[in-house]
Amino acid sequence: MASQAAVGAPRAGLGRKLLGPQNRNLWFWVFVGPFLLGLLIFVYIPILWSIYLSFFDARNTVTPTTFVGFDNYKFMLTDPAFLSSLGTFAVFAVFIVPVTYAFGLALALAVNRTHWFQAFYRSAFFLPTACSYVVASLIWRMTIFNGVRSGLANTVLGWFGFDNVAWLSVTHPPWYWLVLVTLRLWLQVGFYMILFLAGLQRIPPILYEAAAIDGAKAGWQTFRYITFPQLRATSVAVLVLLLINAFQAFDEFYNTLSNFGSYPPYARPPLVYLYYIALGSQQDLGRGSAGAIILAVLIGLVTVLQARFLTGRRRSA
Amino acid sequence: MSATVSSPQADRAAAARASTKVPRDHRIRREPLDRIGVALRTAMLALGSLIFLIPFYLLIRNSLSVRREIAGRTFTLWPETLQWDNFSAIFANDTIPFARSLFNSVVVSIVQTTLTVALAAMAGYGLARIPFRFSGLLTGVVLATLMIPAAVTFVPTFVMVSSLGWVSSLQGLIIPGLFSALAVFLFRQQFTDFPKDLEEAGRIDGLGYFGVFWRVVLPNSGAFVAAVAAITFLGSWNAFLWPLVIGQDPSSWTVQVALSSYTTSQSPNYPQLFAAATIAILPVMVLFIGLQRFIRQGYESTGSTG
Repeated sequence: MASQAAVGAPRAGLGRKLLGPQNRNLWFWVFVGPFLLGLLIFVYIPILWSIYLSFFDARNTVTPTTFVGFDNYKFMLTDPAFLSSLGTFAVFAVFIVPVTYAFGLALALAVNRTHWFQAFYRSAFFLPTACSYVVASLIWRMTIFNGVRSGLANTVLGWFGFDNVAWLSVTHPPWYWLVLVTLRLWLQVGFYMILFLAGLQRIPPILYEAAAIDGAKAGWQTFRYITFPQLRATSVAVLVLLLINAFQAFDEFYNTLSNFGSYPPYARPPLVYLYYIALGSQQDLGRGSAGAIILAVLIGLVTVLQARFLTGRRRSA
Repeated sequence: MSATVSSPQADRAAAARASTKVPRDHRIRREPLDRIGVALRTAMLALGSLIFLIPFYLLIRNSLSVRREIAGRTFTLWPETLQWDNFSAIFANDTIPFARSLFNSVVVSIVQTTLTVALAAMAGYGLARIPFRFSGLLTGVVLATLMIPAAVTFVPTFVMVSSLGWVSSLQGLIIPGLFSALAVFLFRQQFTDFPKDLEEAGRIDGLGYFGVFWRVVLPNSGAFVAAVAAITFLGSWNAFLWPLVIGQDPSSWTVQVALSSYTTSQSPNYPQLFAAATIAILPVMVLFIGLQRFIRQGYESTGSTG
């Protein structure tokens, strides 16, 4: 088809050549150009600009003049607050990733198998994914875990004779983790359940029939030898998404823990830290940029390592 | 184009049809233990789904309560008299520009959804179907941004937007979020699988690239467009970090920022705060329940790219 058009078109003129056969090149740019231009202006140039800023003293300015070399990076990597924000992320991930994974899978298995009210159950678990973190934080902070007796959590504890717990303002023990993990679990697990349900639907029924003929017991055996291995691709996708999303946690931390514009010194995940550095009173865009770049590199490394690890296991299994 | 080669879509549809014919419960032997398993599963689902609905119940209860019933000495199951006034009082409350923020959210979400879908569908179609020398390279340029965690770019993007003078403006809220590489990627997949015969038919009828896209491809991809649009709308309505960063003046707050700032303020009026939150999630709930099937399918295609 391409050669036909090329023969038909006169070979004269650079303009003709740029337009391509049937003006294809022109049409390509009409379709793809606007998006690429936006990507250039709002993703690629900002990233390059940030890399530039990260080598300058750029407080309250985007056109700095004082070159500081790697000082911003040095500051970030030795700042105990930055390092502890990475620790906060690690703790959060250790809770939220396996818990959401397990609940998402369990719900999908249960919903997939049930004969009654399947659509209702699926909707009930899926509905919270439409709620914003801001609204969820409001409910968690002011009604469920509000620390007074009429809060739902303390009411339930009261039935068993326990004292009130000030969920969000004590650090020993760090009960705020319970608040943050249950909130994100409630809001996200339906999404992962949907991914697992889709994965379950893709398993060919014939595998189960063959297993039954071979004498495999329904339940644990079929789960262990058919369902779980068949869900491998879904599992990898779910774990990678969970980890990336945990790394980017901001909304629920900010909205459950900050008060009158100030944030407690504990439980600051990386983005909350970055937000206060780059847009707090200092507007330190140099350090903020350095922090953003360090985080981007870190998350890239973690993602690659995780994918390597998860797919590596497939080969040995 | 031979009859034996079937498209992935047809395969999937066939598989779906086949799986609905086979009973959901594949087990052939039934044992007494199974009955316990079924009972446990049913109990877990019933209890779990009730627990998952509790936050919605609390939200509605609170928005119809007086303060004492929300944060008093004991738990109140349901308000004594329903305080519908809370819903009108929040609009009259001077400490939070609620009406304005609601208006901003509506504008931002609708414009952002429309333009994101339009830009991504066109780019996806161009990359999938218009032969161009550097098509592969440019696809790589788009996909590379999928690797960059969106939230980490808020500092660089803020640098750009503030130098354009767009802080606290609607364009600052809307435009940086229009270029979703994920949406382009999904559309590109979708259009690569689109039956070529249909496009050829359109071309024979004299349609050019845009005509084929607008009259043939888009009308036949309705469900997919609906899925991407619904997911984009949800994301846009619920977005918080970027609107917080850019909305430095209360006149440019979205409803999420307004709610957040009222939540963390000195002494919020609890019932009004919850009435505001109820209003804020109402549009997305209606949309979500109405378009649940499309949203689910959209998420499924997102997940399989992970």
